Amino acid sequence: MSQELVCITCPMGCRLTVGKLDDGGLSVSGNRCPRGVAYAEAELLDPRRTVTATCGVSSADAPRLPVRTTAAFPRERVPELLAAIYAVRIRLPVRRGTVILADALGTGIDVIATRSLG
Amino acid sequence: MGETSGKGSCDGYDVAIIGAGVSGANIARRLSAYELDVVLLDKEADVSFGTSKANSGIVHGGFHHNRKYLKSRLEIQGAMMFDRLALELDFPFRRCGIVVAALHDDEMLAIDQLYRQGVENGVIGIEMCSRERMLGLEPKLSPDTVGGLWAPGGGIVEPYRFAFSLVESAVKNGARVLTGFAVERAERSGERWTVGASDGRAVSASYVVNAAGLFADEVSRIFGAEEYRIRARKGEYYLLDRLTKARPDRVVFPVPTSVSKGMLVIPTVEGTVLLGPTAESIEDKTDLSTTRSELEKILGSARTMIPSISETDVITSFAGLRPTLGEDFYIDISAKAPGFIQVAGIQSPGLTASPAIGEYVKDLLKKAGLRLVEKGDYDPYVEKRPHMKDVDHFAADGLVKKDPAYGNMVCRCERVSEAEIVAAVRAGHTTLDGIKYFTRAQMGRCQGGFCTYKIIKIVMRETGLGWDEITKRGDASRILKDTL
Amino acid sequence: MKELRYDAVVIGGGAAGMAAALELDGAGLSCAIVEREENLGGILVQCIHNGFGLIEFNEELSGPEFAERFEDRVRGTGIKPYVGTTVMDIDVSGGDKLLYCYSAEYGILRMSCRAIVLAMGCRERNRGNIRIPGSRPAGVYTAGLAQRLVNIEGYIPGKDIVIVGSGDIGLIMARRMSWVGCKVHAVVEILPYPSGLTRNIVQCLHDFSIPLYLSHLTTNIVGKDRVEGVEITPLENGALMTEKAFTIACDTVLLSVGLVPENELSKQVGVEMNPMTNGPSVDSRLMTNVSGVFACGNVLHVHDLVDYVVEEARRAGAFAALWLKGERAKLEVRVKAGSNVRYVAPGRVDAEADNKIYLRTLIVKNDATLEVRVNNRVIKSVKKTHIQPSEMITVSLGAKDLAAAAGSPDPVVEIAIS
Repeated sequence: MSQELVCITCPMGCRLTVGKLDDGGLSVSGNRCPRGVAYAEAELLDPRRTVTATCGVSSADAPRLPVRTTAAFPRERVPELLAAIYAVRIRLPVRRGTVILADALGTGIDVIATRSLG
Repeated sequence: MGETSGKGSCDGYDVAIIGAGVSGANIARRLSAYELDVVLLDKEADVSFGTSKANSGIVHGGFHHNRKYLKSRLEIQGAMMFDRLALELDFPFRRCGIVVAALHDDEMLAIDQLYRQGVENGVIGIEMCSRERMLGLEPKLSPDTVGGLWAPGGGIVEPYRFAFSLVESAVKNGARVLTGFAVERAERSGERWTVGASDGRAVSASYVVNAAGLFADEVSRIFGAEEYRIRARKGEYYLLDRLTKARPDRVVFPVPTSVSKGMLVIPTVEGTVLLGPTAESIEDKTDLSTTRSELEKILGSARTMIPSISETDVITSFAGLRPTLGEDFYIDISAKAPGFIQVAGIQSPGLTASPAIGEYVKDLLKKAGLRLVEKGDYDPYVEKRPHMKDVDHFAADGLVKKDPAYGNMVCRCERVSEAEIVAAVRAGHTTLDGIKYFTRAQMGRCQGGFCTYKIIKIVMRETGLGWDEITKRGDASRILKDTL
Repeated sequence: MKELRYDAVVIGGGAAGMAAALELDGAGLSCAIVEREENLGGILVQCIHNGFGLIEFNEELSGPEFAERFEDRVRGTGIKPYVGTTVMDIDVSGGDKLLYCYSAEYGILRMSCRAIVLAMGCRERNRGNIRIPGSRPAGVYTAGLAQRLVNIEGYIPGKDIVIVGSGDIGLIMARRMSWVGCKVHAVVEILPYPSGLTRNIVQCLHDFSIPLYLSHLTTNIVGKDRVEGVEITPLENGALMTEKAFTIACDTVLLSVGLVPENELSKQVGVEMNPMTNGPSVDSRLMTNVSGVFACGNVLHVHDLVDYVVEEARRAGAFAALWLKGERAKLEVRVKAGSNVRYVAPGRVDAEADNKIYLRTLIVKNDATLEVRVNNRVIKSVKKTHIQPSEMITVSLGAKDLAAAAGSPDPVVEIAIS
């Protein structure tokens, strides 16, 4: 049995056909680069997403602070992560790259600011 | 518009005017020249939010209607009053002239009739035109034009700005405006009316003028006055970008039919182009929706007159409702309700006639017993507000030195500065639509895509309103639903 | 009125403007950026999602990060950025070009310069442009306005959302609104294929089980004060299937129905437009018909990747610098959009230089072939595993490729896809 996937590692959007091999591994075709294989394996075994969001800042006039995860985050735990990010209020000034949540939800993945404010 | 007060809080008035459209606003402004306490009531969040905000914005040429009608006489008188009003009230107005284009030889018969009617009505400068004369007057006309009519006195006006200025002038001279005041009940005790709103507010007045537009019939019923029925006739419009190549120099009319003046091509006084209106009788007096089929008619009709009109120039569409009641305006002292003046059925040419309606109603009130004593300190002028769109760079330099907010362009499409938005808010226009009609911000090609959030922030800063109190046009038209 | 003088003025401080200005500065020329918003970065600042910079930085950044990296570079140069400053008028009638700029901070500025780089970006098409009938309640916003409100101001414009158009901003906003706790009921697309990038269909719709209605038209917006619903009608062979129309209840309609290059200033100075791109017609050096006025980024044609924008903008900046130093294009050859190609930009190449052409196809196809022909002879053929209109295609053409054109009396380069 094979499954159709669209690789989203880059904007090319390769259409992958993923099948199960007898040895339990996956056969991937349609990819234009090795990242397609990695994507298919990850998407079927451990789907992850880079999460981007905003958190609050201490100053009322300032805009929201944009943040992102430093690596792709387990997809099923994204709602939990978002709640944690929304709960944060950062004191300004903040520099781009500052860790906002370290080791978020114990995943080893950090959430960092993606804009300098204040 | 919140409560705008030219006087201290005062519950009793000489005259209460119901409806702050161009009719009510003209009446209020005219009465503000006398020693009277006047209140102008409107159910909407701002003045001019009814029929007056969505119409063709034409000062008509005086040839469409026979003099036997009151509306025709008031149209001719009103049209002549605009130059002085524009001088006093600083609203956009220009006599660009009107052409009526005949596209077939048999239409020239109708042109001939319009011409005779115009001459009988005393219209100055009206002219029957050959094909060449027509194309000379308006080179964008179709080469199929066979001839037509030219009325050089016709013009264009921004109707909401006209109403805003009239109200501002009335308030400056002591009148009071209550918005969000939906008249629900009326009681007569002694020589006075008590007029109650649905939110519990009430005012009392010796005389009441019913200028309630589409809802004049309901108001008449509330006062126990004449029974009649106002029907809504919808007109849909397209607005074209100011950079369209199809912008004519004159207002272009088709040859009218028996029921309608037809769909026009209007070079608006602020530089865009308006196409329309359609004419469709509808039941629901709040139905301002546009329809695919009607809009298609507009483009088709407009292109027969000006072929270069392109749908790619369309920036928005909208609809307005005309309050129709028989053939003529109904402006009279009520025979049933004492101290009650009817100003109903003010459809086209209502905008043109409105200054004359103000005079006419003033005279009716006098006839009904109102004592008119001229105010010694009446000031017909409103403060002229600069518009960055219209000033040269040197004048702009002077303005920005006085107030840096003139240098902050909030609306890039219509070139409106932060200072102009602030002026609108301080004049009481706190809804997004109110600010749009007052300043033109959000009215251009991006339709608010870039400036809406900036305007929201300015309104919140200037008024102290919360994010959940920002609306498009009051009541339930909230813009934002939540915060993060 | 303050008088200022620069070799070049760049209009627009987004990615394109900054990239072009950096080239001019690097060539030793004095240069100002005029930006109408309060900060540099343009629309990137509100694009807080990731996916930017794969080509430019070889990593995946969010919009603000991408913008800030360029801002950092600008800060280290002699480039003078005027933010919160709007160009109101340009006068190119004299020898020097004059720009009249309005600003609360700087007052009225008159800048004179020899070269101008147009980098004003684009704006969203709106409800009026696509003529959706119905009532006019609160709750109809462009996706970009909603993005600004949510990502920067922290306001949620609505709770139950229908997105009209499957452009990238709309798709990104489908995910954003889902992530801030809203329900996105549908994305409605008039075309039979999505307008946005495939990755966004997957990440922004599939992940949230948001239905995508292809070949469906939004035929009515319902609601008095606030949006109450939208009527959607299927299209079959181009005809509206009125009897199959259905209504989705919602309080908000977000429009993602395409972008239009913002060329009002360009038109004002007499720049000729290419009707296919809605951007200026430019030569191989990205110069418009007005001598010394260059264009790049989304004001030239709408790109789907900021990486391509900065690549093109760098070329524009470098060409403007060369032009200021007196160098002119050598052998201009017209480039024509052949079969299945919607447009090529620029519409000219220099047969004696290295050129980069951007193009969009009209078709969706796997295993396509792109052919470059000079006077009907194929000089270059490229295999493409997948093409679609929403994904821009780039082709490099060097002097070697164009040798045939250089030797021909009236050469035409044509790019076709089959």
